[in-house]
Amino acid sequence: MSSLQYATPASVQEAVALLAKAEGKARILAGGTDLLVQMRAGMVDPALIVDIKKIPGLRTVTREGGGYRIGAAVAGAELSDRADISKDWPGVVEAFDLIGSTQIQGRASLGGNLCNASPAADSVPALVAAGAKATVAGPGGTRIVPVEEIPTGPGRTSLKPGEFIVDFVLPAKAAGTGDAYLRLIPRTEMDIAVVGVGVCLTLDAAGVCTAARVALGAVAPTVLLVPDAAKALVGSRLDEAALQKLDAAAQAACRPINDKRGTIAYRTKVAGVLARRAALIAADRARTN
Amino acid sequence: MAEALRKDFKIIGTRPVRPDGIPKVTGTAKFGADFSLPGTLFGKILRSPHAHARIRKIDTSKAAALPGVKAVITGADFPEQKNEFIGPERTAVNFWYMTRNIMAREKALYEGHAVAAVAASSPEIAEKAARLIEIDYEVLPHVIDVDAAMAPDAPLLFEDMTTRGVEPAPTRPTNVSKRLEFKLGDVEKGFADADIVLEKTYKTEAVHQGYIETHACLARYDADGQGELWSSSQGHFVVRNLTAKLLGMRLNDLKVNPAEIGGGFGGKTVVYLEPVAMLLSKKAGHPVRLAMTRAEVFKASGPTSGASITLKIGIKKDGTIIAGDAALRYQAGAVPGSPVMNGCLCIFACYAIPNQRAIGYDVVSNRPKVAAYRAPGSGIAAFAVESTLDILAKQIGMDPIELRLKNATRIGAPMLGGGKMSHEGFVQTLQAIRNHPAYSAPLGPNQGRGVASGYWFNGGGESGASVYVNADGTVVVSTGSPDIGGSRASMAMMAAETLGIPYDQVRAGVSDTTTVAYTHLTAGSRVTFATGLAVVGATNKVIEDLRARAAKIWGVDIEAVDWVDGCAKPSSSNVGKFEALTLKQLAAQASATGGPIGAAHAVNAAKQAPGFSTQLCDIEVDPETGRATVLRFVVAQDAGRAIHRSYVEGQMQGGAVQGIGWALNEEYIYDEKGRLANAGFLDYRMPVASDLPMIETVVVEVPNNDHPFGVKGVGEVNIVPTMAAVANAITAATGKRMSALPMSPPRLLEALGRPGKEV
Amino acid sequence: MAKHHVTTTINGESVEFLCDTRQTLLDVLRDELELTGSKEGCASGDCGACSVLVDGRLVCSCLVLGVEAEGKSIETIEGMAKGDKLHPLQQKFLEHAALQCGICTPGFLVAAKALLDSNPNPTETEVRYWLAGNLCRCTGYDKIIRAVLDAAAEMRGETHG
Repeated sequence: MSSLQYATPASVQEAVALLAKAEGKARILAGGTDLLVQMRAGMVDPALIVDIKKIPGLRTVTREGGGYRIGAAVAGAELSDRADISKDWPGVVEAFDLIGSTQIQGRASLGGNLCNASPAADSVPALVAAGAKATVAGPGGTRIVPVEEIPTGPGRTSLKPGEFIVDFVLPAKAAGTGDAYLRLIPRTEMDIAVVGVGVCLTLDAAGVCTAARVALGAVAPTVLLVPDAAKALVGSRLDEAALQKLDAAAQAACRPINDKRGTIAYRTKVAGVLARRAALIAADRARTN
Repeated sequence: MAEALRKDFKIIGTRPVRPDGIPKVTGTAKFGADFSLPGTLFGKILRSPHAHARIRKIDTSKAAALPGVKAVITGADFPEQKNEFIGPERTAVNFWYMTRNIMAREKALYEGHAVAAVAASSPEIAEKAARLIEIDYEVLPHVIDVDAAMAPDAPLLFEDMTTRGVEPAPTRPTNVSKRLEFKLGDVEKGFADADIVLEKTYKTEAVHQGYIETHACLARYDADGQGELWSSSQGHFVVRNLTAKLLGMRLNDLKVNPAEIGGGFGGKTVVYLEPVAMLLSKKAGHPVRLAMTRAEVFKASGPTSGASITLKIGIKKDGTIIAGDAALRYQAGAVPGSPVMNGCLCIFACYAIPNQRAIGYDVVSNRPKVAAYRAPGSGIAAFAVESTLDILAKQIGMDPIELRLKNATRIGAPMLGGGKMSHEGFVQTLQAIRNHPAYSAPLGPNQGRGVASGYWFNGGGESGASVYVNADGTVVVSTGSPDIGGSRASMAMMAAETLGIPYDQVRAGVSDTTTVAYTHLTAGSRVTFATGLAVVGATNKVIEDLRARAAKIWGVDIEAVDWVDGCAKPSSSNVGKFEALTLKQLAAQASATGGPIGAAHAVNAAKQAPGFSTQLCDIEVDPETGRATVLRFVVAQDAGRAIHRSYVEGQMQGGAVQGIGWALNEEYIYDEKGRLANAGFLDYRMPVASDLPMIETVVVEVPNNDHPFGVKGVGEVNIVPTMAAVANAITAATGKRMSALPMSPPRLLEALGRPGKEV
Repeated sequence: MAKHHVTTTINGESVEFLCDTRQTLLDVLRDELELTGSKEGCASGDCGACSVLVDGRLVCSCLVLGVEAEGKSIETIEGMAKGDKLHPLQQKFLEHAALQCGICTPGFLVAAKALLDSNPNPTETEVRYWLAGNLCRCTGYDKIIRAVLDAAAEMRGETHG
């Protein structure tokens, strides 16, 4: 018989207490689409599984201050079902929707996708581009952390022992703002991103870009927020010259590896291509927003 | 046989629902992992983490001492086998190597190589016990690539292996297990007479069959020395024979029950788990269930060869191919036995080339032993020859189908390996594609069209069947061929057509090794042909019996009774005025006319006809990312005659899509330590539904006159042309020639960066 | 720790079972409840052969813990036909020869049913993307897609060829 324990805390406080008591031997279960695979592969061997789905708020999406609060355990399919957030933050919803199959969408969570800390996590560049923040609960109370500050390397996060993510806040979207996420995979579905790019930008009435955030996935140990790429867009009407500058800035930021999914040269070049394409989609959305 | 030329069939060529359909759509069908017996133990195999290592010592004492562990075995528990190759060259087996592949002895030869196994009362205990087995490895240098393995200084897998097929016999040890050479005419003179000679080297990566059902079995060994297996395989008789040989059992001491099989494509023609599970059961005294994980399937069951081929073709300006010379170097995996001989014999088989030579090398390296995969060896060869023909057609400004038609093999054309082409069919597949609307449909920017062709021997061989008539006039057909793709339906259709009764009056099933005659594998596109012959033979015996019984009832000679449309009828008005007797009426009187009606028949079928396929691929390539999207795909294939039309189309569609995967994204990827980096469906990228268009089919029917219904095998040739068709389409779309598979986005984007236009 | 005692609903029937924390819902269905229609093709969520519905949501049962089934409603392939009456998808899979070996078929049927429950009139592209998480190595998907589209048409009450 297995010695693995399982708990379903009913509150954030209860979850924090369980995590504290487990002294690092606990793993959070939301959708389980990474955890169960890693357990089976012998990559992790926890003593306790803390299923956070029974905690109030962890599986709900609420409007808040013009933006949204999304529970960390909300599944992709549940987010895609929401017409309002799909309209306001299509890049975030599409990025989340790209993770795995329909079946995976029935389970996979934003919190899990972020805390698994894969550099190739699809939702993360979109969240970073959108300026999303995470609510982190722990023994010292809660703190608000920009999403880009959570992952610190492949499989590693800045969460302290006993901490976990409760929810995410997507800000109120400024007028004239649009977001988009594109990734390159060899097939049409079921692959891990070889490169992913999230872009969020704001256009003024004249069509000039006044603000932008560009985030790259799978080209460095963590998802990268690339200020130089944003600078290439700000002040432009996304003309060819600006897009070429964006392409170059994105490529310059890449620090990828060669692996079974892609080469350094390939990832770098395609990061530039996708940045251009995602910027144009985001701009289209900004114009119609 | 004139029968084959008939066209007025009532059942042949239709699309009835298969007899095993309901269990397969309701979840009740039992596959390999779905069996259990009271007291069943759980087996687990411990596998080598190293690509190449000498096994100094194995200590199983801690594992054996763990409570709940009932048996632990290692390679030493299996009887030793003779180091000799048995059987025809093309399919020779060597049990000395086979037993070492089932479980390592002196060395672990690839990552995932089985080194020990345990049986325990729960899966968790079995896994824990496997981890307690202590193995002292001496890690050795490894070699993965086929060309690297042939280098003189390559690490040797077997220090005493020398190359077979070379005179005088070499003494220097090597990884080249065998050299083969086949030739026709005078190749040097042919090249001298050619206007254009093109030489090019092609490379392909190892790809896995990718069946969705992992290997699984249940074994029970009884105290009286009798064993019973439930196993999903492409041939339970072969599983029986191999398992018995590897364990030193007699054939009638082992009964194998065929589970439903969840895909094979050649990969379930051999044994991995069955001998291990049986030996564990023997030691434990309880039944043992054993199943592979998906990672184990990738690491330890047969992919097909990756290969390197150097091909030289000489052509006249008018399109006449005058000479072809090929060197084929195929990975065998860790022990000898690649399909390189198939590659040699298939590479030029579509064409009547007066001067040909093919030299093959069977090369071991630190990879899992290859297993058959859909027309094994032929698709790799076709990638080379069909790519080169595409280049040559462009160089002489000739339509690629016209070039193939001009050189197409015809009856009587001499072939490598001796013999002559004996069947039509190739030209008709070329014409089918040329006449298809897709061949002249317009293309958009970044889009291209490619065509390619392929050849496969198809198989015959041994099959058994029995046909019984029940008292209510219904009919039961049993064969020894596991049904992977609707063959029960085809067998029932052939029996019903022969008897002249409705399809729904016949039920076909698959019988175990004690109830039907020896039947070779469901492989080699042989079942509808060879097992079909056994079914028709048994059915004809039943008809003979039915006529005899009608003759008895009427008091006439059997010659005076005809069997027409499911009834016994007087052969002429001279016989007498008798009402026709239906099968049902005769069945009802069986007790009074001689007892139960039924017959068994067994064949060793020869005169199978080869398969030909020609395919068309339209593709679009993203010029900035190198991603290729298949837009349209048409498969023309000669089926001889389609028995169940839907399942014939299904073979054509499935083969082509496996080929598309092979062409674009599937590959075995190794890390620097020789470990497989993508042992799962996440990174071993088989096509998913959204990657593909509908696969259009043209079923060409040029009957095989040596089969009562004109059947040729249809299972395999459909994968042969695909990789080249995709490659040729990519060249048309991009102006770059891809000579290595897979043509994945990173490789394609790199090619797009090359200067100049290529053909 | 002791085994978990789980009370759940499977194909409309109330079911109780005992399981270890480590056992997945797929392990429980196959090994504890003898519902072997759900298949294990990968145990990593990449093949869809173990597809089931949990509270109406399509998931891979290999990526759900058995203990998570507590209080849920689970639908498996075994509950798809009503008595001897096949679901239109099951009937169309047979008529279109949408299965060769049949190992992926239960997963495809459960996934396709989930699609048609939420989208009765999907396009070919929608069907292909919805089913992208179900691997089939035999058919090249062609006849599967046709069977799903035909079943959808029949369920909408449309005549078809």
